[in-house]
Amino acid sequence: MQSMLHITTLHYLVLGAALFLLGVIGVLTRRNVVIVLMSIELILNAVNLNLVAFSHYWQSMPSRLGGGPTALHGQIFSIFVITDAAAEAAVGLGILIAFFRNKETVNIDEVNLLKW
Amino acid sequence: MAPVATPFFFYLLSALMLVGGILVITRKNPVHSALALITTLLAQAAIYLMLYAPFVAGVQIILYAGGIMVLFLFVIMLVSIDRSIKERQFNSQWLIGVVAATALGGLLIAVYTKGASLFPGGPVTVAAEGDNTQRVASLLYGQYMFSFEIASLLLLVAIIGAVVMAKKRI
Amino acid sequence: MREFIQYITSYLGSNQTPGTAGNIFWVVVYVLLVFTGISLGVIAMNWLERKILAHMQVRLGPMRVGPHGLLQPFADALKLLLKEDLIPAEADSVIFWCAPFMVVLAAFTVFVVVPFGPTHAITDMNIGILFMLGVSSLSVLGIVMAGWASNSHYPLIGALRSSAQMVSYEVAMGMAVVSVILMTSLNAVGTGTLSMIGIVQAQLAQHEWFIFKFFPLGLIAFFIFAVAMVAETNRAPFDLAEAESELTAGFHTEYSGFRWSLFFLAEYGAMMAASSIAVTLWLGGWLRPFPNMLAGAGWDQLFSFIPGASFLFLAGLCFYSTARMPKHPYFRIQTIGLAGFGALLGLVGLILFIPPVRAWVQDIFWFSAKVAGFMYLYIWYRGTFPRYRFDQLMKMGWKVLLPMGLGILILTAGVALYQQNLWHP
Repeated sequence: MQSMLHITTLHYLVLGAALFLLGVIGVLTRRNVVIVLMSIELILNAVNLNLVAFSHYWQSMPSRLGGGPTALHGQIFSIFVITDAAAEAAVGLGILIAFFRNKETVNIDEVNLLKW
Repeated sequence: MAPVATPFFFYLLSALMLVGGILVITRKNPVHSALALITTLLAQAAIYLMLYAPFVAGVQIILYAGGIMVLFLFVIMLVSIDRSIKERQFNSQWLIGVVAATALGGLLIAVYTKGASLFPGGPVTVAAEGDNTQRVASLLYGQYMFSFEIASLLLLVAIIGAVVMAKKRI
Repeated sequence: MREFIQYITSYLGSNQTPGTAGNIFWVVVYVLLVFTGISLGVIAMNWLERKILAHMQVRLGPMRVGPHGLLQPFADALKLLLKEDLIPAEADSVIFWCAPFMVVLAAFTVFVVVPFGPTHAITDMNIGILFMLGVSSLSVLGIVMAGWASNSHYPLIGALRSSAQMVSYEVAMGMAVVSVILMTSLNAVGTGTLSMIGIVQAQLAQHEWFIFKFFPLGLIAFFIFAVAMVAETNRAPFDLAEAESELTAGFHTEYSGFRWSLFFLAEYGAMMAASSIAVTLWLGGWLRPFPNMLAGAGWDQLFSFIPGASFLFLAGLCFYSTARMPKHPYFRIQTIGLAGFGALLGLVGLILFIPPVRAWVQDIFWFSAKVAGFMYLYIWYRGTFPRYRFDQLMKMGWKVLLPMGLGILILTAGVALYQQNLWHP
């Protein structure tokens, strides 16, 4: 019980892992491309959560180990991940629109033009 | 000002995030999924605040919830979803997918139970966030200048790619 | 009990915002005060907009309910609350139900960081302006939800237009805001700030409102923001999301009664929020005119009389109109009502002359007066500009405002570097 009431880095990591698994299940099982893209966003967010949690943990470390209040590398990295997510969403949705225009469907298992 | 009642808010926000995540991957209607994902993202922004990362929380709200998700909703409205709602929602290899994900989950559980001693037991204490934004800025435009430029180049490529993909005639 | 009173009084001497001091009682008090103030402002705007638009078009506007239609907003609110609250049969009822609350929440949460004075803000965040832009961008989600959930053509088109428009103009708006944040970094330390209170204090320290900084760079940035903020709040001439002549009422066509009034409240709340961002960033926030040039106890004394005097002026206007009322017995109640309203305004004016109140209300008065100027501009635009076509709107956002914003940002950065002697061309 005591360990439940003190929120440690591990709690955030477990939460991130759970979100990551939800995203993986979504990517592997859904047919709708839009929801697959959203599951990818879930995965990226889980990674971001881990990065920020580690950055928080690192800030409490002594500075001779590279820690201290300026050790915000995890946060910087999560900002880059958010940038990548924006790029990915833009290109992914562009592909989706092109795909929908050609095949009138949004199901990912019907992307089988190369099987002709 | 230090966060108050940390465990309560942590469990509340985690529950919100997980329920939102489950709704994202189970709803038939993509609009419902998108709204559930927005809930998850906002709860995550609150968790960033608890982790003394206010700048990342702000970026999360403004970019994810206000930008990317609006793009998603916009595209969902452009493509007609009436037909796909009536169809089968899960693909034929869903069982394999769930098994693989469960295996990955088992691996993660094993790692976190075996390796729990690597993380400190007590709560992490950090000095108040203070000038978090200024520190992030000086890192971003100092040490990570090159990565920053590459990220902006990536965004440029993404813009051009999206236009090429979505435009009928260029 | 004694501890509770001590807890309450301990804040009074602390000279901080209640959020920074961590005093929950005063946070609640401030939240209630701010929200009551905004609701009062929306009621006043409802009446003022109709009257001013009417006078611009050489009409009288509401005249029947109360003297000069002063009670019209209350009558409208009563009508809206008593109306049947319809949910279309084909609508997605959960999202239809949530959407108005989402919009209101986004419009009102923004006021958490608005600084009405150096200590008169609910809280001061390190990421203040980022928070404001982020949360106000959430209102587009509510609009999209409303338009989609109605399951009808006009709302859907309105929602699509609105989301495209708001996402486009947010970019130009962001560029203008970033140029101000660059200006805040011109101090001895060399780092700027995102905190709303910090931005106003930077203007005080640099002896200049940022609208006049690096003339004309600050002015152009302000112009970009002023255009983008009208587009962000979906107001004329950019009200394509609710264009009456094309889309009936746009995204809220299917809404009625209480939910419709929530959209109304949110629209005016968002207008005030956008105006307060503009006031904080470019027009010196709570600072009175010429705080550095006309400094000193005498000038302070003189400027502190202005809030009370302006209320007395309004009371005088009321009494003047009372004297001009028709003498027919049919108008007796209206005449008495107008005189009573004038007496109320005069009483408020007299209260504002009491020295402690006078000192306390200074900042809030100047901030509200500047915001009120912006609200008048909104009405003026609506009365005079024709509506844009959608392709013109997009062209203006992406091809005019965004390049202008980028240019301003680069020029501001260059001038700032030059001023700090970090760059010698």
